[in-house]
Amino acid sequence: MGCGDRRGIALCGIAMPASGTAASQRIFALVDVNNFYVSCERVFNPTLENRPVVVLSNNDGCAVARSNEVKALGVKMGAPWFQLSALAKQHGIVALSSNYALYADMSCRVVSILREYSPNVEVYSIDESFLSLNGLSNLWPSFASMGQSMRQRVWQWTGLPVCVGIGPSKTLAKLANHIAKKNSRFNGVCDLAAMNPAELDALLATIEVGEVWGVGRRIEAHLQAAGIRTVKDLRDAPSPWLRSRFGVVMERTGNELRGISCLGLEEVAPPKKQIIASRSFGQPVHALPELSEAVVSHVSRAAEKLRGQNGVCNAIHVFIHTNPFREQDPQYSNSIVIPLPNASADTRLLVRTALFGLKKIYKPGYAYKKAGVMLMGINDAQAAQGLLLLEHGAGQRSEGLMKAMDALNRRYGRQAVSVFASAAPKSWAMRRENISPCYTTRWGDVPVARAC
Amino acid sequence: MATILPLRNDPLPCLRPAALSAPLYRLPLLLQRIPAGFPSPADEYAESALDLNTYLVRNKTATFFFRVMGDSMTGANIHDGDLLVVDRSIEPRHGHIVLAVINNEYTVKRLHRLNGVIELHAENPAYPPICFQEHDELRVWGVVTGAVSRFAV
Repeated sequence: MGCGDRRGIALCGIAMPASGTAASQRIFALVDVNNFYVSCERVFNPTLENRPVVVLSNNDGCAVARSNEVKALGVKMGAPWFQLSALAKQHGIVALSSNYALYADMSCRVVSILREYSPNVEVYSIDESFLSLNGLSNLWPSFASMGQSMRQRVWQWTGLPVCVGIGPSKTLAKLANHIAKKNSRFNGVCDLAAMNPAELDALLATIEVGEVWGVGRRIEAHLQAAGIRTVKDLRDAPSPWLRSRFGVVMERTGNELRGISCLGLEEVAPPKKQIIASRSFGQPVHALPELSEAVVSHVSRAAEKLRGQNGVCNAIHVFIHTNPFREQDPQYSNSIVIPLPNASADTRLLVRTALFGLKKIYKPGYAYKKAGVMLMGINDAQAAQGLLLLEHGAGQRSEGLMKAMDALNRRYGRQAVSVFASAAPKSWAMRRENISPCYTTRWGDVPVARAC
Repeated sequence: MATILPLRNDPLPCLRPAALSAPLYRLPLLLQRIPAGFPSPADEYAESALDLNTYLVRNKTATFFFRVMGDSMTGANIHDGDLLVVDRSIEPRHGHIVLAVINNEYTVKRLHRLNGVIELHAENPAYPPICFQEHDELRVWGVVTGAVSRFAV
């Protein structure tokens, strides 16, 4: 009767699925920080107030964030910095390197404030979050007043300006956010669900179809060729026609614009199937030792991420290439995939394997622009298959060591403990010539309060 | 023609419906580990160790740290090199020590706000108060809720 016992236990613990909310009752908010990177810099540097400011991408390549003053000068998103130097001199544009540590900390603060407003938050990007407002309407006189409260609180607690868009679908919430940003009469909060139909029609007829979430530049051209120029045109296009001309994704977008919610909140990001770590070098790299150092650093970062999602990987892909835009230089690119003897998340094994691969593909005499690794065949560590033979980079000793290493690095900063470290200055490191201090994440960098 | 041989010659045991006859036992879920040795008498009194964060920081999301430079606030026990704990979620009121933005710099002073008069006072007689006229704007960045000193040892 032993069987019967077990069956009895298994029965306790069946969870009832939560009852779904009817699609018609759904309501979403999209909260987005205005000019996020620039706004973060301004919180800690008042001299940047009312001045044109851009934040540049990795290696100080192009503008990835612009203050309103810079937008007014006609500088486009992604404009290469070297093309802007004349304009920058003329108008005194301040260019800053990306300070990811600062932006990540400020982003966490904004999200933790938003979580006080709704139990269901999807962090969509570093500066945008979707909130489900289902069932919360009784707590506020209106959703617009809830939006104003969020705006006020984020501003007071963090110094960051946000806009709030509200609508019965994610696509409409995103559009509402755009409207709130562009029209000062909304005072930063736009609720499309509460707008009367005539006003909504008039408003949607003024917005180009390219502003709709998911409508890229190419598809916008196709839509315009088919006579769909504004958001209203797209909303009013017949569903079967959209489907036959542009596919199911566009049909879904049309439904979302009509207030039929098709996209739910994605609160938990699914674990990654691949982890890529790569970066362009600040200046070209020629020698194998330097290249190795970069690869080791990429593997270390990727392995830390892998352990962060409780995964193990089965193979590692290493790639290197020269700069294809320097046509005068000899060109070379190559990559190699090396399977591991067994699934592992041990930095030591991954580093050894990656360096073995790098040696296979490295050729002297080239100016390398980029090196990177990709961890492949990622499984859950718990589900990994054991081996009868001796395992490499697996088991309790390996796990313990990696845990200790990750804990030390979290506590004492990146690269406090690393595998195959080198004391040589990193000539391949990212170029960040005008980076602001890490005001909120390093003791040595906290801002100064004058008492004099 | 092939013959299908029986696997066993002995008669099959009598079958009963398994699910109905199997008795169900409900077992309580064990929430505690059962210690194999003698239980520690201190277990029931275990508390987490004191954490200075909980003492100094009331609202983590809105709290930022600044480093003090200068001696104008020594009367309030804020010294050169101290770490300031600044909470942006608190409404600045008369008597609060605040971090204000003066000439594009962060300045720590005591806020005086009485009968429509707004002033920032130092806590050191060597520094005169900063007075604000009617249409001047005083930007308070946050309210100072604590200062931390470390001594050379």
